[in-house]
Amino acid sequence: MFSSFNAIVPMLCVTAAAIAAMTAEAIRAPGERMPSGSLGAIGLVGAAAATLLLWNHNYASFGVVVADNFGLFVTSVLIVVGFLSLAISEPTIDREKLPRAEYYALMLFALAGMMLMATASDLLLIFLALEILSLAVYVLTGLRRDSPAATEAALKYFLLGAFSSAFFLYGVALTYGLTGSTQLARVGTLVAGRAIAPAPMQLFAVALLLVGFAFKVSAVPFHMWTPDVYEGAPTAVTGFMSTGVKAAAFAAFARVFLSAFDPLQPHWRGMVWAIALATMIAGTVVGVAQSSVKRMLAYSSIAHGGYLLVALASANDLGKGAVLFYLLTYAVTNLGAFGVLAVLEGEERSNDQVRDFAGLWNERPGLAALMTIFLLSLGGFPPLGGFIAKWYIFSAAVKANETTLAIVGVLTSVVSVFFYLRIVVMMYMTPTGRPIAAPPVPKIAAAALVVSAVLVFYLGILPSQVLDWAAASIATIF
Amino acid sequence: MRFPILTSLIALPILGALALLLVRDDEEHEGLIRRIALVVSVLVFAETLLLWWRFTPATADFQFVEHHDWIPRFGISYTVGVDGISLLLVVLTGFLTPLALLSSWDSVHKRTRAFSMFILLLESAMIGVFVSIDLFLFYVFWDAMLIPMYFLIGIWGYERRVYAAVKFILYTMAGSVLMLLAILGLAWLHSSATGRYSFDLPTLYGMPVSPQLQFWFFLAFALAFAIKVPLFPFHTWLPDAHVEAPTAGSVILAGVLLKMGTYGLVRFAFPLFPVAATFFAPYLAGLAVAGIVYGALVAMVQPDLKKLVAYSSVSHLGFVVLGIAAMNAQGVQGAVLQMLNHGVSTGGLFLIVGMLSDRRHTRAIDAFGGLKKVMPRLVGAFLIITLSSIGLPGLNGFVGEFLILLGAYAWDPRFAAVAATGVVLSATYMLWMFQRVNYGPVTNEENRTLEDLKPREWAVIVPIVAMTILMGVVPNLFLAPTELPVQRIVEKVREAAPVEIRAAAPIVNRK
Repeated sequence: MFSSFNAIVPMLCVTAAAIAAMTAEAIRAPGERMPSGSLGAIGLVGAAAATLLLWNHNYASFGVVVADNFGLFVTSVLIVVGFLSLAISEPTIDREKLPRAEYYALMLFALAGMMLMATASDLLLIFLALEILSLAVYVLTGLRRDSPAATEAALKYFLLGAFSSAFFLYGVALTYGLTGSTQLARVGTLVAGRAIAPAPMQLFAVALLLVGFAFKVSAVPFHMWTPDVYEGAPTAVTGFMSTGVKAAAFAAFARVFLSAFDPLQPHWRGMVWAIALATMIAGTVVGVAQSSVKRMLAYSSIAHGGYLLVALASANDLGKGAVLFYLLTYAVTNLGAFGVLAVLEGEERSNDQVRDFAGLWNERPGLAALMTIFLLSLGGFPPLGGFIAKWYIFSAAVKANETTLAIVGVLTSVVSVFFYLRIVVMMYMTPTGRPIAAPPVPKIAAAALVVSAVLVFYLGILPSQVLDWAAASIATIF
Repeated sequence: MRFPILTSLIALPILGALALLLVRDDEEHEGLIRRIALVVSVLVFAETLLLWWRFTPATADFQFVEHHDWIPRFGISYTVGVDGISLLLVVLTGFLTPLALLSSWDSVHKRTRAFSMFILLLESAMIGVFVSIDLFLFYVFWDAMLIPMYFLIGIWGYERRVYAAVKFILYTMAGSVLMLLAILGLAWLHSSATGRYSFDLPTLYGMPVSPQLQFWFFLAFALAFAIKVPLFPFHTWLPDAHVEAPTAGSVILAGVLLKMGTYGLVRFAFPLFPVAATFFAPYLAGLAVAGIVYGALVAMVQPDLKKLVAYSSVSHLGFVVLGIAAMNAQGVQGAVLQMLNHGVSTGGLFLIVGMLSDRRHTRAIDAFGGLKKVMPRLVGAFLIITLSSIGLPGLNGFVGEFLILLGAYAWDPRFAAVAATGVVLSATYMLWMFQRVNYGPVTNEENRTLEDLKPREWAVIVPIVAMTILMGVVPNLFLAPTELPVQRIVEKVREAAPVEIRAAAPIVNRK
């Protein structure tokens, strides 16, 4: 009977770690420091082991969660996100004097929600997972209670998030009304039966779900919250949500639209196409004008969402595999970049303006080199992971004959290089302005950054193995 | 297993760069850093000579081929090999890199370690571009090369270096990303025809591509290469990059990087898309000829030595593109030879300008004058290189230009006629510049005390001068390896281009 729990073991491990972190906090003596982060790491190790064991088994739990390879691949991405986020959080927590246990527990709960979202095979459960992760992330965003920016960000995020959840839920309700089920497999069969002349209500439901997802992946025109929230949240949290939330939301997005609603492709492809185009263009063009690195990376993450949407709009095997590979590469790279930002924060200043990076090479050559690697990878230079990821997505677009998307994609990525290079110019080619007074980098954070950089090179130079895994993962559901 | 000589050529500079990481970057170790980098680059040069020694000119096929699966799922492989054309460009790369490093010994004192590392990484990427015969691998090297060059210009350049560096990287990237899409399109075409992806060049050579697709693919490739060459009117990044780059950067930029564009036309754009290439050849030639004249005229009025040499590059590379567009044996062989010539003589000119600017910290022509009395030896070398750049018979520039004009004449005499004025113009601007800098009285007191060639500078300039003479006296040494590969490319393009398209070209091959 326990076998029906198989598919949710990774989430259980993470949830258990979160509960342990909270319990430890409850029994903490005043002044004592609890190893909340380490508890989280242990939970993630358990989740990783479970993911390995579940690979290729296709277990299902309770008829609503499936641990297929697609979900497990995204779960692995989330585990990587989890490890890196835990490792870069310490400087932020210390500097902002955030409540340590709550911080880690919320992060772990959010991770559990993300994993659930990636493996859920029922629309209602996807909604629940979305809420689990969103609530945790709302609180994480507003955890700096004395900062007006953080409060504003949290409120904005919460209101708009709730708004989009309502859209999503409405879509689920309409789909249920039309098909009598929220199970993706069942919905898929019924939709396929009427794919030639779908009910207008069905298309409306698809559009509502699309809006819900578009909010979560911050696609244009539903991206307005992103820059403010990314800027207001503690830096490590921004890194966490810009990668984790995106990965989970894209996994569910792909699962719902490319499996259950795949028969309706002719109807929704145009919408995704337009959103992808607008997202790539707006993300890069507005990104050019930013003077805060955090905001710039926020727009960059919008643009990267646009590339992922190109893969969805291509709606072929290459596109599905590309989403997975891209999510992994993007997670490692973007967390690396936010990690550097997080460790650069000083006691008095946050050092997140572009000009704060002036002459960083002279003061912190190691951090400058790491930041350069991450930025170049985001810009899509070989031999870094970002290049292979973009190449994969554009192959999918070329194969699907989406020439316009491909051309706009490569050209916007040239524009994005311009703003990534602005930081490189600052670090290497501009004399130091005000020296950055950041504390020394904690060993764990340094290790995480180095590991990220090595992974970025690995994904760029020897991507074959991971590409094979990604390709093998899509075979199970689509 | 045979020794993987090409891989070792790519790997050696990278290993050298990594080895430099072990040395501490401070003034005390500056000498050691420079020596390590120099030794590595000289070893690479020696290895390129070994490659040439073992090369057989009796076949047009790729030699020393190494093939390893890289991303088998998409038919991407690590395949490298050289034919006569790429062989010579690899040797040129090996030849110029040590000279570039040597030239920086007096001018670069800031962050020597990073500087040497970037030069070595650049060398790896350049060799990679020339030896790749897998299109994906080629693109990887092609794009990766931008990064070290960007840093070289941006960190060690002159006043407006940041502007020049960013312009350089954005311009070249904007051109090349569309080529990436065309490469993907080719691979996808192969997959829809045969069921599997392929980026392998010889395989794709044999794949039929519909004329309409060729049209778009050729435009995408040609744009990337035209920006790199740079072909008029895509040249505007070049003067900035050249002027702002440190001497070593200029030498490599002019000597090798620009050749990637013309090499790409010969290796990829023309033979892969022969129908479109034949159709577009007159337009390319038109731009090339316009560039020859425009570059020469603009060079004439430059007050800055480096800018003058930069515009002269636009003019000289116009010749190379003209030879390629002619697509006959003389034209293309001349073009390949001219690539080498331009690498040696323009590299030499930038080295000389670098020496002058090391001494005077200015590159303005009117700041000099009468240098011959002060530094007779440097001026002597300057003269030889200037004459070789003009194309004096007996020095290297002559044979290449002559062959190109011959080939162009056989194709369409009108292009040859206009291009020939470029020969005259180049004599005008080069000699006029030379006269203003070196002859006449010493007008500026600061120039009286300038030091003549130092031993290190002898080591830089002697190989260049020797090479200009060698290439002028025995051009056949450099023409022989390219004969068969060029012949094969020319035949391939001619066979594939149908008659009606050739008829659309102005006057095609009247023989």
